[in-house]
Amino acid sequence: MSAEALPNREAVAAARSRGDGPIDVIGLALTAITILVALASFFPIYWAVITSIKPDGEVISGSNSLIPNRVVFDSYIHIWNNTNIGIWYINSMVTSLIITALVIVSSAGCAYALSQLDFPGRRVIYVLILACFMVPMQALIVNHFVLMAQFKLLNTWAGIILPQLIVPVVIIVYKQFFDSVPKEFREAAQMDSAGHLKILFRIYLPMNWGVTASLAIITFIGAWNSFLWPFLAATGEATMTVPVGITQVKDAYGIVYGKLMASAVVAGLPVAVVYLIFQRRVTQAIMLSAGVKG
Amino acid sequence: MLRDKRQEYLVALILVGPFVLIYGALFVWPTIQMAMLSFTKAPLIGTGDWVGWDNYVKILSHKLFHQAFWNTAYFVLLTVIPNTLVSLVIAMAVNRLKGPVQGFVLACFFLPYILPVSVVFLTWNWIIDVQYGLVQGLVALFNGGQPISLTRTIPLFMPTVAFVTLWWTMGFNILLFIAGLRNISPEIYEAASLDSAGRWRQFQKITWPLIWPVTALVLTIQLIAQLKIFDQVYLFSIGGRQDATITLVQYVYKLAFQQNKGGEAATAAMLLFLMIIVLSVLQYQVLRARGEK
Repeated sequence: MSAEALPNREAVAAARSRGDGPIDVIGLALTAITILVALASFFPIYWAVITSIKPDGEVISGSNSLIPNRVVFDSYIHIWNNTNIGIWYINSMVTSLIITALVIVSSAGCAYALSQLDFPGRRVIYVLILACFMVPMQALIVNHFVLMAQFKLLNTWAGIILPQLIVPVVIIVYKQFFDSVPKEFREAAQMDSAGHLKILFRIYLPMNWGVTASLAIITFIGAWNSFLWPFLAATGEATMTVPVGITQVKDAYGIVYGKLMASAVVAGLPVAVVYLIFQRRVTQAIMLSAGVKG
Repeated sequence: MLRDKRQEYLVALILVGPFVLIYGALFVWPTIQMAMLSFTKAPLIGTGDWVGWDNYVKILSHKLFHQAFWNTAYFVLLTVIPNTLVSLVIAMAVNRLKGPVQGFVLACFFLPYILPVSVVFLTWNWIIDVQYGLVQGLVALFNGGQPISLTRTIPLFMPTVAFVTLWWTMGFNILLFIAGLRNISPEIYEAASLDSAGRWRQFQKITWPLIWPVTALVLTIQLIAQLKIFDQVYLFSIGGRQDATITLVQYVYKLAFQQNKGGEAATAAMLLFLMIIVLSVLQYQVLRARGEK
């Protein structure tokens, strides 16, 4: 019996791998369930957006319609007129971009030195980076605050930026990529008496342009999203970042829901757009920083 | 030759300089300061008398510290394992799909992860709102038609926040799992299906053992991340009985910024610091063991 069944089984397996043959009912059901769960996972975001463009009356009518009867932008106009969201946006944009630039430049330089140069103190720097991985930044909030207060940097851009410059994973990822550049490139450049800085900026960085883009994007998203430190460092409404600001102001809202959702949409928009445009880069950066080969 | 060497040191100094400056001033120095501060009776800003181990004795027997510790442990329990399992299941489901459908489904699961915590908080706070929240219809079914505040009812607080956290962060884990699943050679599955091994047996005998290293990675990353929980627990507890749902980082925050006890806050931070270092060393060992395999 088994001898008879064998060729049949093989035929089924072959048909299955070709994608034809008897319809795979379980497979189709699984696909349908997966898509439904994915839509459910997306739903809260959809609901926030929909709520933000409904008139207040409809939001609290209890009808909970999935498509707004009337699209209005009153909530957006209201938060623009009644909160400092424009200033928060500038604060967030400036601090996130400066953090990204500084982290990328300082990490690339340090990684190049660790990867290609021989100098005293290399080991110390290694240990420092490793230690940094293990230390929770949340435990340092008290002393970051004290330090920033000493230098009168609370409620300034510098005060928000400085403690967020500690992103050791960027150095590690860069070093891995610099290590894998064939030594011949450097040697050839040195034959032409190019200095190390030139080699870094003309060869190593351009060769790893994709990694730089990925790391920059994820650093930017991280900086834009960070909550705890900006929340502590910026106490005045004029110095808050968007994610902090939108949780602090509720008084001027009246019926709050639509306006809160409008502020949430506005706060999430930049990172959502960055993700949707650079999807591949974001996922690559996440896998690299978790140490998983994609 | 000697000139070359000296030049190399100089270049190294230029390249490493910014790093040393940043990490020295913003990592090494505050860490040392934290250790020092933890032995004094200082306010948040200013100096205080050296009190030796007094703060440690005091904090370790402080009821609120115990509360914070157990709340954090409870939160870890509610998030880490469920998040890992749900992410694995979803990753396997997504991994079967192909082409644009897969891209779309993955984006649906991943999008929440890149949003700021306050957006996540505002969105869910609206969904669970007592008066008009969408979820209250479901709550009413279980509660005889009555709405319940999921974040003001203390026993429901942590499970609710844990659920929101799962929704928010599982995209990251799903991504790692998918990468792991793609590394499993399809030939192994083909061989198994020739032996007409069912889906469950294939999972048991192939997927689970081969994905285990990624599972271990995800578990340890989650564990350490959730121990440092502050943002969403704090945000959901604003206006409620915050002490009942306090977590460790929140405890540090309370001592430092609400009670102006710099010394004690530094002590609590040191304790958190030590807990996480122990776990990180453990994580490092797990990952190294995985690398050697």
